[in-house]
Amino acid sequence: MDHQPATPKPTRVYYFGTCLVDLFFPDAGMAGIELLQAQGLTVVFPQGQSCCGQPAYNSGYRAEALKVARAQLDLFPGDDPIVVPSGSCAGMMKKHWPDLFHGEPDEAKAVQVASRVWELTQFLVQALEVRLTDKGEPVRVTWHASCHAQREMGVVDEPKALLRQLANVELVELAREKECCGFGGTFAVRHPEISAAMVGDKVADIAGTGAARVVSGDCGCLLNITGALEAGRQPVQGQHIAQFLKERTHG
Amino acid sequence: MADGTVDFAAASRAALQDPQLRGNFRRAMDGLMGKRAAQFPDAAEWRGVRELAAAVRLRALAKLPELLERLEENCSRNGITVHWAATTAEANAIALDILRKVDAKLVVKGKSMVTEEMHLNAVLEDHGIEVLESDLGEYIVQLDGTMPSHIIMPAIHLNTKQIAHLFKRKIKDAESREDAAYLTDLARRVLRAKFLAADVGMSGVNAAVAETGTLCLIENEGNGRMCTTVPPVHIAFMGLEKVVEKLEDVPPVISLLPRSATGQPITTYVNMISGPRKSGEKDGPREVHLVILDNGRSSIYADPELRDTLRCIRCGACMNHCPVYTKVGGHAYEAPYPGPIGKILVPQIEGLETRGALPHACTMCNACVEICPVKIPIVEIMGRLRVEAVRPGGAVKDGGAKASRAEAMVWSGWAAMNASPTAYRIATLAMSRLGNAAPSSLPLLKDWTRVDNEAVRSKPRFATRTLHDLARAKGIPDA
Ligand code: SF4
Repeated sequence: MDHQPATPKPTRVYYFGTCLVDLFFPDAGMAGIELLQAQGLTVVFPQGQSCCGQPAYNSGYRAEALKVARAQLDLFPGDDPIVVPSGSCAGMMKKHWPDLFHGEPDEAKAVQVASRVWELTQFLVQALEVRLTDKGEPVRVTWHASCHAQREMGVVDEPKALLRQLANVELVELAREKECCGFGGTFAVRHPEISAAMVGDKVADIAGTGAARVVSGDCGCLLNITGALEAGRQPVQGQHIAQFLKERTHG
Repeated sequence: MADGTVDFAAASRAALQDPQLRGNFRRAMDGLMGKRAAQFPDAAEWRGVRELAAAVRLRALAKLPELLERLEENCSRNGITVHWAATTAEANAIALDILRKVDAKLVVKGKSMVTEEMHLNAVLEDHGIEVLESDLGEYIVQLDGTMPSHIIMPAIHLNTKQIAHLFKRKIKDAESREDAAYLTDLARRVLRAKFLAADVGMSGVNAAVAETGTLCLIENEGNGRMCTTVPPVHIAFMGLEKVVEKLEDVPPVISLLPRSATGQPITTYVNMISGPRKSGEKDGPREVHLVILDNGRSSIYADPELRDTLRCIRCGACMNHCPVYTKVGGHAYEAPYPGPIGKILVPQIEGLETRGALPHACTMCNACVEICPVKIPIVEIMGRLRVEAVRPGGAVKDGGAKASRAEAMVWSGWAAMNASPTAYRIATLAMSRLGNAAPSSLPLLKDWTRVDNEAVRSKPRFATRTLHDLARAKGIPDA
């Protein structure tokens, strides 16, 4: 990606939790905050935040997406980085906000905010160059890469590099790591059959690794994958990478 | 469906229930993805050739009106008769007229997606003209009475066993042998005789060079060369976007196309057609015609964002890499162009009334965008079409056809909730308290949890406290 390791390292960051984390995975969101704090950072969580606007944006309702995105703009004054525990929402902010605000009076501000957005693992690796110490029991895990983390944020190696820092964690990669799990926001309910077929293939791939856990950085994928693992009574557990890393490193 | 709406959801459901089909696609697409990847081991080289090809296509589109004029001029100078068709009906009429003038009874065809778009075969058959597809894959689907399921590999939905059965049923004296070499040889024997007897040969065009009036056609079986050289009359069909400026613009296109499509460095045959047989030449057709089809392309061209759709070189790589296409196969789209490019092109050609569902048949995973050799922002165009589908007026045919008061209300309520911190807090509080009590029979939850009465996903579980709550409780600063 185009990020250069920030020198000197940042000391204060904003945290944008995302609406899915807020409602379904708040512990993962909190774990992300604590991982950053453990690196000595001041983490600011603006209580006025809600959603990046992606659901409406991808459904063809741009005015509604703009209204919601605009409501976030003033929450991040200054130049501090904005860290997001989701590749998809980070991609929406970084890549699509400039388009969404194009020609609007607050376009410059939106572009400035967008340029400061980082996906969590990307920030940990590239900006903070973290070194993690594993305090957990031996475990085999696999990594699910979200499409938007990979293809919008360019985050491919960072999360796996973090997992590999953990001495007792064996990472077994998926045979089709790059293939979409079939979530796709409203796609999952507009085309439930296709979505189910896609997540079915994903679950089979996960089961094939023999991993006890599947770790991911995106909550949409996690809702989909853990939902399918549970429905299929697979013993594998899904977990957000922030929570996994925090568990492993805080002992 | 009765109103002409094409029901992608229903067609894909049927496809998903066919394990043979799913297996065929999975295997074939996995193979093709691997072969393509092997063509681009060096990321820097890939970026370089891709930039080059995209630039060629962009430059051609930037000068499109001028280049089309020059193409016509130079083709005419070469003795190629150029015909313009605004609609597929006009293109079919032009074809029929040429055939009538030479009293054609038998036509052999090389692969041409534009003629699929025109439903030309059906039109010719209605007029009592025998038409034979000579590309092996096209020949197979024609025998089977179906449509191509992929733009490069039309019969990719069938395996060797199924093809052996088909040939046994349809070809006289065919043996029942599941052997690709035997089957190919059998088809070749049938086709050979027809090439020699045909009155007219038809083909598509991969790139038409404005500066020289040359039609480039790439293929692997030699059937394209037969169709364009053996019969006394050759008719080539192209969409008006297929023009490139100069001869040197051709190599990037014809090298990236097969590398992206089938993982071949180059096709077995590269045909450069520059006119009918000249006096003293030993072969070549007496007449060459070029039919240039618009069929909605000029309105796509008129919109600067949608225009990128026309960069496409029809390599099919986006299909091979599409996780939706690989699950449902090509027939579910019920269109000449399936997969990602189909999802953006077909709604623009046919309109959002009948095709408004296609841009939604996508998770926006961007796998297609990552590999498209001419860098078409397929997913951005998909997003734009979703906007056009609910916005009356606009640049796309039948804009606003999918507008729904109820849906608009839901989104405006969603925006009101997410744009006000107080409303958001109340709403998330309500969801975390009550959300888990929602029965799985609720419309969206039902689709999430069950398919065909089978449990596919458990219900998402709302946490009792939101991240906002946790952050507040832990004293995380708010500003
Ligand atoms: S959109 Fe791109 S990948 Fe798809 S067929 Fe066209 S050129 Fe190939």
